Amino acid sequence: MNTIIIGCGKVGQKLAEKLSQEENQNITVVDLKYDVVQDIINQYDAMGVVGSGASFEVLLEAGIEDADILIAVTGSDEVNLLTCLIAKKAGNCQTIARVRKPEYSRELHLFRNDLGLAMVINPELTAASEIARILRFPSAIQIDTFAKGRVEILKFKVPGDSVLDEIKVSEINSKLNTDILVCGVERGDEAFIPDGSFVIRKGDLVSIVAAPLSGSEFFRKIGVKTNRVKDTMIVGGGATSYYLADKLIHRGIKVKIIEKDTRRCEELCQMLPKATIINADGTENRVLLEEGLENAESFVSLTGIDEENIMLSLFAKSKMNGKVISKVNRVSYDDVIASLDLDTVIYPKDITAEYIVRFVRAKQNSIDCDIETMHLILDDKAEALEFTINENSPVSGIPLADLQLKANVLIACINRQGRIIIPRGQDAIRQGDTVIVVTTHLGFKDINDILQ
Amino acid sequence: MNYRLIFNVLGLTLMLEAACLILPMICAIYYGEAELWAFVIASAICLAAGSLLKCIRTKNHRMYAKEGFAMVSLSWIFMSLFGAIPFVISGTIPNYIDALFETVSGFTTTGATILRDVEVLPKSILFWRSFTHWIGGMGVLVFLVSLVKLSGGNNLYLLKAESTGPSVGKLVPKVQATAKILYGIYTTLTVVELVLLLFGGMSFFEAITTAMGTAGTGGFGVRNSSIAGYSSYIQVVVTVFMLIFGVDFSIYYLILIRKFSTAFRSEELRWYLGIVAVSIILICINVVGTFQSVGEALKHSAFQVASIITTTGFATDDFNLWPEFSKVILVLLMFVGACAGSTGGGMKVSRILIATKTIIKELKITAHPKSTHKITINGRMVEHETIRSINVYMIAYFVIFAASLLLISFDNFNFTANFTAVAATINNIGPGLDMVGPTGNFADFSGLSKIIFVLDMLVGRLEVFPMLILFSPYTWKK
Repeated sequence: MNTIIIGCGKVGQKLAEKLSQEENQNITVVDLKYDVVQDIINQYDAMGVVGSGASFEVLLEAGIEDADILIAVTGSDEVNLLTCLIAKKAGNCQTIARVRKPEYSRELHLFRNDLGLAMVINPELTAASEIARILRFPSAIQIDTFAKGRVEILKFKVPGDSVLDEIKVSEINSKLNTDILVCGVERGDEAFIPDGSFVIRKGDLVSIVAAPLSGSEFFRKIGVKTNRVKDTMIVGGGATSYYLADKLIHRGIKVKIIEKDTRRCEELCQMLPKATIINADGTENRVLLEEGLENAESFVSLTGIDEENIMLSLFAKSKMNGKVISKVNRVSYDDVIASLDLDTVIYPKDITAEYIVRFVRAKQNSIDCDIETMHLILDDKAEALEFTINENSPVSGIPLADLQLKANVLIACINRQGRIIIPRGQDAIRQGDTVIVVTTHLGFKDINDILQ
Repeated sequence: MNYRLIFNVLGLTLMLEAACLILPMICAIYYGEAELWAFVIASAICLAAGSLLKCIRTKNHRMYAKEGFAMVSLSWIFMSLFGAIPFVISGTIPNYIDALFETVSGFTTTGATILRDVEVLPKSILFWRSFTHWIGGMGVLVFLVSLVKLSGGNNLYLLKAESTGPSVGKLVPKVQATAKILYGIYTTLTVVELVLLLFGGMSFFEAITTAMGTAGTGGFGVRNSSIAGYSSYIQVVVTVFMLIFGVDFSIYYLILIRKFSTAFRSEELRWYLGIVAVSIILICINVVGTFQSVGEALKHSAFQVASIITTTGFATDDFNLWPEFSKVILVLLMFVGACAGSTGGGMKVSRILIATKTIIKELKITAHPKSTHKITINGRMVEHETIRSINVYMIAYFVIFAASLLLISFDNFNFTANFTAVAATINNIGPGLDMVGPTGNFADFSGLSKIIFVLDMLVGRLEVFPMLILFSPYTWKK
């Protein structure tokens, strides 16, 4: 599989890093700057070409004729689109473009259908969707969906006084009368795929598999607030704020945006008539308190400065009980940030890269296997994969208890024509099911890989 | 400095050497030679030391430029230290420093020898000498990278430190795939030469040792007269293959993927062939009187030019007896060397080419101080960083050259011998002039001088910096 990445900004670098680690990925990066290209080929197993990606010559040199996927993530939307168009003409590859200007966001389907782009990604919009998803389920740190939204993997932190403290995994469903499956536990730096005898402790980050309703029920029973938030305070009025506010208002959540630029406030006023727009400096504590930070159910810091976002969130965390989300653009200090008590941190660049990686993987996988969906879970230490079960699969028809599975492989969920089964030992997989498998072995291609 | 990672890779290298020692073992068994035990013991020592080092594990797999460079030079030093063991145990070269000289000369594809008579040596020892050329030609770590996936993901620094030329690039995005392609081309060309030599009526043993000596541009022969005793056909085949192995291997890759026009547009290739052609013609005119026919003169001058510019060091005639003009051309060719990205040594045609272009640029700027000029190769701008590294390379090269010359002058041999001995080792050629000429050898130099030559050969093969880094305090400071 040959992939060309145009533009080596943060997203381009992240993509090069993630994709070059994969066995059968040949990565070529293209950027105008010699230093940046050198930097990438010194760090990752990739090749580099210096030049403009929108030039036919340069694309030829990068091997467009044999490329399978081209990803254009330069800083300019127009260059990205032009590159994809030329690439489409020059070779026979799938193209992905980053297009971030809000004025283009309504024309995304046009790019896809008429210009033949396989994927158009808008980092701000993606980040906003992610935030909106978390606000819908504020107790979860991360939510990944499978089976067209019928199943979710939810990650949450076990609170200090929870009934889950010191409980065996096998006892959860019987004690609480719920229908969920614990598919992963992160404790400190380590990640486990627990078996029945695993004991959960407070402070663990637990990932569970559940249908959305069972998930809410589970959270209610363990005493975690599950109700979606009713109002949100957003500091910073950039593109992400706009997309987020738009989504939240559609769902009937009250939105208050604090932005210090008067002109921008007026624009937001026009675009979001239902939102409350406050023209003030959100970094002033007084302003936040005056606008009712203490009673807000959620707080999102989306200013353009990472440090400001982090400080704002720490302040908000000290004043209120609701959900706090902060946006961080630069990823260099993610270890330090993770050690702060910040609730959820959103890295738009990371998310963008992750979406693209997921797409590329799915493309790569669709060639020779049956993966429907794939998510990285447990801090990227494990994969959750959704497989379709074809005829004659060696796993079908045998009770799960009798299957000889590899170590650290868990069959987390069976989707039988829309019915979600959290499997027990006596359940069996049937032809036509889709199955979610959680594993720390990375790179499974086929359901047979789970067997010993 | 990530010591643990370096030791881990060193362990792997020694285990690879243990595996390499199996081939001369087979040779010893075939010819029923007692030296089998020397190889078995040496291989066992390599395996033991390698496994011990391999046990040093690390969680930190980050490899930066300094780790890569240190790893390569240390691997070469260790390979040589252990590779000398069979010579000592078998008693063919009882003195360890002499044995080390011979091994380093083998791995660095120099081909300089301290042996006065090679024909008395057992076949398995001769095979090992030639085989070291073959491994050293393309590089030990490149071989290792092509076989196993080293931890750390990107091993470009290893490739950079071990491959020749001012700017090392990859053929395909993956380092491992690049290494495999390089070794694929290398092996194929070697086998083709082997077959052609067999056609010429050479025995299999002589054909394979000669082919390996040519492929690595090494120059160890199995006869005292080098290639002189063979038929004209064989001499021509060797000439052609020496020139082939002196060409940038990426050109062969371009030909393989059918990008002929890009391949033949290479400025370096054109200059290389140009220099070869002009030198052959000049020498041929100069020496034509001493041979029976023009054809004979052409054959010998072509062979010698190919042998020296690719830094192989085979000989068909004692060029020490040639006229002064021809000898000076050959000495100059020693410094030019082969193409970047080939198995040859020397300063490399591309460095000379870029250096020449910098001179022209400087002249232009002197004439029109405000004018702007950029140096290009194959129509592409050469980055400032590359030019800087070439300048520094040349300065370091000549400083080391001068220092070596000074140190070996203690032995009190004449200037021609000393000068060409240093030139022949630092450029990985083998024979020089006078005492170290094609019929001579390095046996009479003192132990100190031999150690200097050993270092010079390594400096030449690894192109100065990976070796210098080992001696730099900045590398080892925390």
